[in-house]
Amino acid sequence: MDFTYDEEQQALREAVRGLVGKTYADFENRRRTVAEDPGFDESLWRRLAEMGILGLPFREEYGGSGAGPVEVGIVAHEMGRVLAPEPYLTSVVLAGGIVAAAGTDEQRSEVLGALSEGTSVPAFAHAEPGTRWTSTASAVTASSSGDAWTLTGVKEPVPHGVRADLLVVSAALPDGGTGLFLVDPSDSGVAREGYRTHDGGRAARVALTDAPAVPLGPAGADQSGAIAAVLDIARVMACNEAAGAMEVALDTTTSYLTSRKQFGVTLNTFQALNFRAADMYVSLELAQSVTLWATMVIAAGRPEEMSEAASRAALQVSRAGRHIGQEAIQLHGGIGMTAEYSIGSYTSRLTALDHLLGDGDHHVRLLAAAVGDHDEVDPLP
Amino acid sequence: MQLELSPEDAAFRDEMRTFFTTEVPQEIRDAVAGRRELTKEQVVESMRVLNAHGLAVPHWPVEWGGQDWSPLRRHIWHEEMQRACVPTPLAFNASMVGPVIAAFGSQELKERFLAKTANLDIWWSQGFSEPDAGSDLASLRTSAVLDGDEFVVNGQKTWTTLGQHGDWIFCLVRTDPEAKKQRGISFLLIDMTSPGVTVRPIELIDGGHEVNEVWFEDVRVPAGNLVGELNAGWDYAKFLLGNERVGVAPVGATKRVLAEAKEWAGDQLADPLTAARFAELENELLALELTALRVVAHSADGKPHPASSVLKLKGSELQQAVSELVVDLAGPMSLASGAGDDSDVPAWARRATPAYLNLRKASIYGGSNEIQRQIIAKTILGL
Repeated sequence: MDFTYDEEQQALREAVRGLVGKTYADFENRRRTVAEDPGFDESLWRRLAEMGILGLPFREEYGGSGAGPVEVGIVAHEMGRVLAPEPYLTSVVLAGGIVAAAGTDEQRSEVLGALSEGTSVPAFAHAEPGTRWTSTASAVTASSSGDAWTLTGVKEPVPHGVRADLLVVSAALPDGGTGLFLVDPSDSGVAREGYRTHDGGRAARVALTDAPAVPLGPAGADQSGAIAAVLDIARVMACNEAAGAMEVALDTTTSYLTSRKQFGVTLNTFQALNFRAADMYVSLELAQSVTLWATMVIAAGRPEEMSEAASRAALQVSRAGRHIGQEAIQLHGGIGMTAEYSIGSYTSRLTALDHLLGDGDHHVRLLAAAVGDHDEVDPLP
Repeated sequence: MQLELSPEDAAFRDEMRTFFTTEVPQEIRDAVAGRRELTKEQVVESMRVLNAHGLAVPHWPVEWGGQDWSPLRRHIWHEEMQRACVPTPLAFNASMVGPVIAAFGSQELKERFLAKTANLDIWWSQGFSEPDAGSDLASLRTSAVLDGDEFVVNGQKTWTTLGQHGDWIFCLVRTDPEAKKQRGISFLLIDMTSPGVTVRPIELIDGGHEVNEVWFEDVRVPAGNLVGELNAGWDYAKFLLGNERVGVAPVGATKRVLAEAKEWAGDQLADPLTAARFAELENELLALELTALRVVAHSADGKPHPASSVLKLKGSELQQAVSELVVDLAGPMSLASGAGDDSDVPAWARRATPAYLNLRKASIYGGSNEIQRQIIAKTILGL
């Protein structure tokens, strides 16, 4: 039982902080970056590739560096601290993770190699309007004629769906189950409409009309199990990112309380405000503890434990993210409402992360359904 | 980063688990499981069983009966004990006065008191709070005036938990009325059978007699009973309260009650709202337990990690929330709190409300939760 990073992991954290943290140290730089398409810094993305950060989770034979969830979590945490808009979570962890989990060796080499090099930005087109964080698809359906497959239906919102040069799409299979497919978005059967999201990100409506598709992994196989497993890993990484964001949101708030003056004194003169900041710290520490634990559970790799751990982390982080995000704005007062000042964007990003892969109530529902299966929760294996 | 306990620590955990579930009398463990008040004899017997095996005061210096354990092992010891429904060693002895005497007392005081304190041959009471000195402890007024080689003590202490069993009481007394309030306080050991000491019970909202007022009228105390330096008592008190905070979040015990509550809930567990309450509480307890493990790992040089305030704050809130859930599970049966054993209402439901009411104390003692917020705001957040 050890909650500390080893020297290599600390070096990784310093390296990512040195690059990403430095790039967005000035919040104005992030504002400029998210104002222009594609909504992130392409040159920073290339530098992340050169540093080996994009290939971190993938095995060396596929062009990655074969690091584990702890390392990926460190990167996510650092991205979260500065609200880095680069699609690390959605393209590397999620889209890349799906290909790593379900693809053939050839597909893994091709897709993950290009992703690791920074030459390709894939997107996982999975969410469908009306569904809530399932591991299956229904609105997009797959048809086959001989060896040829086509997809029809709408995926939305697809993170960075317009910038993506490769779509990894989930679709209902003709004989039941959910399959996975690679789709070239430049095909005429693919119509994409992109837009900005509230947190400065990008998403798209992706309409598929008999779009040619290549099965990811064995044709016709139900991949919902693989999807569920990757979603769980991504949930824990989203928690790591949120933990970084919450950490800075609290720091920013306490700095504000010690510098902003009203009634002739700094705000930290008022106990009502300090106590609320203290409660934010409690929320942060508890969420950070469960996040680190869940990251270690993922690293230990026992599938039967991963899903529950992901739900537990997601629940704790959802509650904490709302608490910290809401209080951070309130304790700032009017300035917290402005786009120019950073704090509101932290709340916006935490809200997006909360709803990307399943919010707190979603996970309570899952955990509550299983609450009678055990006497107590023992975090140690 | 590593999830598993080392093989040695895992073996240690098994060893503790076996000891606690086989060596401590079942009757005592049943009383804890049933959330019943323990008798004095049960508390003493349980602590002596632990002490006979070197498990009553492991956090003391080795020469006085402690164990050279890592903070993690101490944590495991503490959690497994609660898990097995073993009463934790009397805090006044094991966590409060013992470590203070061991750290600051004279050799004579150590030899005179520590072994008897570890074995509960002496039952200690705590004389800190006064009617006008609660959270603002340093404003205490009980005075000790040196007269020859004796202090003469006058004043009143209150909230003296289990003072009715006390043989001795460790007190904060004012020895320099002129000094700035924290600087004029000393730490004094007083024999409760001394002439002039009066203990009066205070009845609490759960109907129990747990705390007392203690009056001192011209009580003569040998000067040799002073711990450490004259007028340095505030530093020793801070040391003691820091230790108290670490052990004050009974994660294991709260987890155990929540697990029992699933049994008590019966069919109610199928109700989604009830199940969700269990799920939320279980998750918060997990978060607290993991935070305790993180704090344990970073408690260097014996000083409490500042985040130990988080443990006290959240630990007491969750303890209270679980007790509240149990009352709700009992529902109308919770009104049968005065019923005897011939009642048709099960014992857990009869105990539910008194336990809930009693636990309102948890966010008040050991530094109220508002004091913990103040500590977090000041020492951690720099506010």
